[in-house]
Amino acid sequence: MNPFSYARPASVDDAVKLAGPDARFIAGGTNLLDLMKENVLRPRQLIDITHLPLREVAASGNGGLRVGALVSNADLAWHPEVEARYPLLSQAILAGASGQLRNMATTGGNLLQRTRCWYFYDTGTPCNKREPGSGCGARDGVNRMNAILGASDACVAVHPSDMCVALAALKATVHVQGRQGAREIAFADFHRLPGDEPQRDNVLADDELITAIELPAEGFATHYRYLKVRERASYAFALVSVAVALEMDGDTVRQAHVALGGVAHKPWRREEAEALLVGQRADDTHFAAAADALLAGAQPLAYNAFKVELARRAIIRALDEAARGVTR
Amino acid sequence: MNSTSPIGQPLPRVDGRLKVTGQAKYAAEFEIPGLLHGSVVNSTIARGRVRRIDTTAAEAVAGVVLVLTHENRPPVASYDEPYQDDDAADGSPFRPLYNDRVLYSGQPLALVVAESLELARYAGSLVRIEYDVEPHQTDLAAVREQAHPAPEEVPSRGDFEAAYRGAPLQIDHEYGTPIEHHNPMEPHASTVHYQPGDELIIHDKTQGVQNCMRYVEGVFGLEGKVQVHSPFVGGAFGSGLRPQYQLPLAVMAALKLKRSVRVVLKRQQMFTFGYRPRTLQRLAIGFSPNGRLEALHHGSLGQTSRFEDFTEHEVEWSGALYACDNVQLEYRLGSLDVYTPIDMRAPGAAIGVYALEAAMDEVAYAAAIDPLQLRLRNYTEINGNQGKPYSSKELCACYEQGAERFGWSRRPLEARSMRDGHELIGWGMATGVWEAMQMPASAKACLAADGRLIVSSATADIGTGTYTVMTQIAASALGLPMDRVEFRLGDSRFAQAPLEGGSATVSSVGSAVHQACVGLREKILDAAQQSPASPFTGASLDDVAFEDGELVLKREPARRVPLTQLIQTSGTLEAEASVKPGDEREKYATGTHSAIFVEVRVDEALGTVRVTRVVSAVAAGKVINPKTAASQILGGVVWGIGMALHEETWTDHRLGRYMNHNLAEYHVPVNADIHDIDVFFVEEQDSVVNDLGSKGVGEIGIVGVAAAVANAIYHATGKRVRDLPITPDKLL
Repeated sequence: MNPFSYARPASVDDAVKLAGPDARFIAGGTNLLDLMKENVLRPRQLIDITHLPLREVAASGNGGLRVGALVSNADLAWHPEVEARYPLLSQAILAGASGQLRNMATTGGNLLQRTRCWYFYDTGTPCNKREPGSGCGARDGVNRMNAILGASDACVAVHPSDMCVALAALKATVHVQGRQGAREIAFADFHRLPGDEPQRDNVLADDELITAIELPAEGFATHYRYLKVRERASYAFALVSVAVALEMDGDTVRQAHVALGGVAHKPWRREEAEALLVGQRADDTHFAAAADALLAGAQPLAYNAFKVELARRAIIRALDEAARGVTR
Repeated sequence: MNSTSPIGQPLPRVDGRLKVTGQAKYAAEFEIPGLLHGSVVNSTIARGRVRRIDTTAAEAVAGVVLVLTHENRPPVASYDEPYQDDDAADGSPFRPLYNDRVLYSGQPLALVVAESLELARYAGSLVRIEYDVEPHQTDLAAVREQAHPAPEEVPSRGDFEAAYRGAPLQIDHEYGTPIEHHNPMEPHASTVHYQPGDELIIHDKTQGVQNCMRYVEGVFGLEGKVQVHSPFVGGAFGSGLRPQYQLPLAVMAALKLKRSVRVVLKRQQMFTFGYRPRTLQRLAIGFSPNGRLEALHHGSLGQTSRFEDFTEHEVEWSGALYACDNVQLEYRLGSLDVYTPIDMRAPGAAIGVYALEAAMDEVAYAAAIDPLQLRLRNYTEINGNQGKPYSSKELCACYEQGAERFGWSRRPLEARSMRDGHELIGWGMATGVWEAMQMPASAKACLAADGRLIVSSATADIGTGTYTVMTQIAASALGLPMDRVEFRLGDSRFAQAPLEGGSATVSSVGSAVHQACVGLREKILDAAQQSPASPFTGASLDDVAFEDGELVLKREPARRVPLTQLIQTSGTLEAEASVKPGDEREKYATGTHSAIFVEVRVDEALGTVRVTRVVSAVAAGKVINPKTAASQILGGVVWGIGMALHEETWTDHRLGRYMNHNLAEYHVPVNADIHDIDVFFVEEQDSVVNDLGSKGVGEIGIVGVAAAVANAIYHATGKRVRDLPITPDKLL
């Protein structure tokens, strides 16, 4: 771990004033401290935001829910409003990490988790995300856990979050504040694909701080499913995961949101795939068509070709269970 | 042993309170004033030479005291012999910081020593190493053709080729097992307490304090100046059988600086020394339609380093477990640019018996015979490798009682015949086997002035329960309550003990403890006879008993003297004993056996597997402590489930480097993966293995479990996956 300075600002305004390219905000620290210990990240300054007033879960103006950036993952998953109105989000959060980590990790921090790509974590190997220009170790390496969609020559990393997959399916909004003021970012636009700049995971500017996540009024509390396929029953990142939120009218799908985790640099959604479900009967034929559209153009790597078929099956299973209201 | 003997009682661990209250100190927890901290810098290439190490930036960091490399280390031995520890493989052992050669990725190339661990680690990140890179090879499959015979004789008998050709039915398959790393909870660590005159008191994580003492003395020329202590070990599983590199590095820094130094490996560095080797195994079996084995070939190709030939018993089990007249065993090694493997929990058996028992399942289906019936049909009381009968082998009782508890008789023969919703259900079984070894060991027993019995030996307790069972054995021998007996271990100054491994500690050290206590009985009786009016005058050891802390005259039980009273006049009494395996053992084969029954549920669409029920029936002779013994088996079963489904160290062969070297990506089972596990011991009498009749249970718990899981998966799905681990992708 490199030497760094530490600041504990009293307000969001003060926090963003301190921010910059060599500084990192720290809240739960469940990912940042690991990365610093492994020498993957070497910030010059840590800006401790844990004392900022961002811990509220409150009704938002448009009938939704506004979740402060410092609300812990555990508190969010077990919040009565979330359990009742957004059970998809609860299910996704509880599929991730461990009880201890969820107690420390925060809502804002969850969005900013770095990839778990083995090459990103090992400073003895090349990685364009860690050291731009050093090359991608994973593209022709042991890439079992890497991307099948939306990757670039420079990077085949995947975003590791479960919570974000649900937030993508729920069409949440990210509230951020920078030195120039506050802005809102649609969840689908928050994370980016790697392209030529894999060092940038998302669209936040260096001086911007996530202050809240806003959930829309519609929570899909009746027909939802977060299905995570992994190599052990807990404490493993997804091989693939699927978040499904449906509005049903009998056997007919009225509205469908489907997002995938473990397959791309960001939670993977395609509106054209979701459109194939709307107005259709909820059956395997339509589910398979949507799955194929969502996975169209997949480019598996040497060790992860299985993810394409696994994702297809998981999408069909999750859609089926969501449509039938099998919540588990 | 009288009716109140603690032997056979499920007593809680005597060291349990120390452990849960944090008073048990591990190697990295000993505080010494002025202690320095070392952090290791490891190679990023798999083969080549260090052209230059630039330590300037690291040395410029305030608080950094030394950057040690091959260029400035203190003198070390230049011959192989001092490096050849008690568990050394054939060849030329690895010598840390010896010269500029890089032999594997992850090799320690520098040690940064600083006032704090954080500074040392930071400065380590500033060390720049330039290499002359040479081509490397780390893929066992790529060196099949260049493999050489292992330096170990494997027995064969009969004429396999002819019998196989002539057999009515045959199977011939390859089975693969991956590299696995031990990953004990406690990382390897050494704290070297430097004393004037280069005398060293070392706290080390090890399974053999005397092994490490001799190693340090020999490598650094410090004969008679080294003590090694290791009172508590947070798991080792074989990784502590040889001195690991943090030990010589810490010693080098201490000698160079004449200060106390601690080196702790980080989790990533736990992947930079010994491991379970990858193997590619072939089983070819010829058999009759009723399932009798007529010909059996078991060949294994294991990986090793270029500097040592690591061997273990991988294929011998196939010549011992079943009756078969024509057996051909073969064991070869492929040398790679990797570190030498090291024993890991049931070394050789865990992987060799996996392949054998998976192949036996294939024989059962090919012959349309119930897998348990197949084992019974080929049952034998003779170890065919040695041509000797077993001293005891209650495997049939394991089969019978295990099957009963599991409900095996209700198992449908056909694969894919049980389903519940999305899940296919399957039942599989396998046999487990391990050796019942005994090695020379010594112990000392001392009745102290306060009437407490102190027994000691230089053995280890790696979480197995050594403290507890030795206390039970000693308390039983002298008729003392447990709380008046203390067993001490993990100090190289104590009586000689072998490495704590191979499931041989109870048999070896336990026998010595028992014998030392028997010797002490004589001393006590002798002392009791010193006073002129002694009621014991003329009595022999057969005439007296040791009960409830008293010496008792058997024919007149009212005549008794408390040992606390005796010791007042006699002063401290001591006896030491050294025990070797008895000659009677030569006439017999010895072993522990088990039968494992497993239920799995497989979500066929997603490829996920749940092991919902396990029954493990074990025959291991006399069980000294059924509680700690059952914990050993439970841990073995959990590891077997991990071996079947989760564990695998992935190598990037282009880089020659392990890539999932942390506990988030190297998967072992978590609580949510473990369901119902039923462990029990069958009755087994054995008067040959040792005086205690006890065989040891450290290894047997894991053996066969992976095969039982794999066989259950086949029964559920009809899919035979022969390459472990059976991850979801292999079942799609």
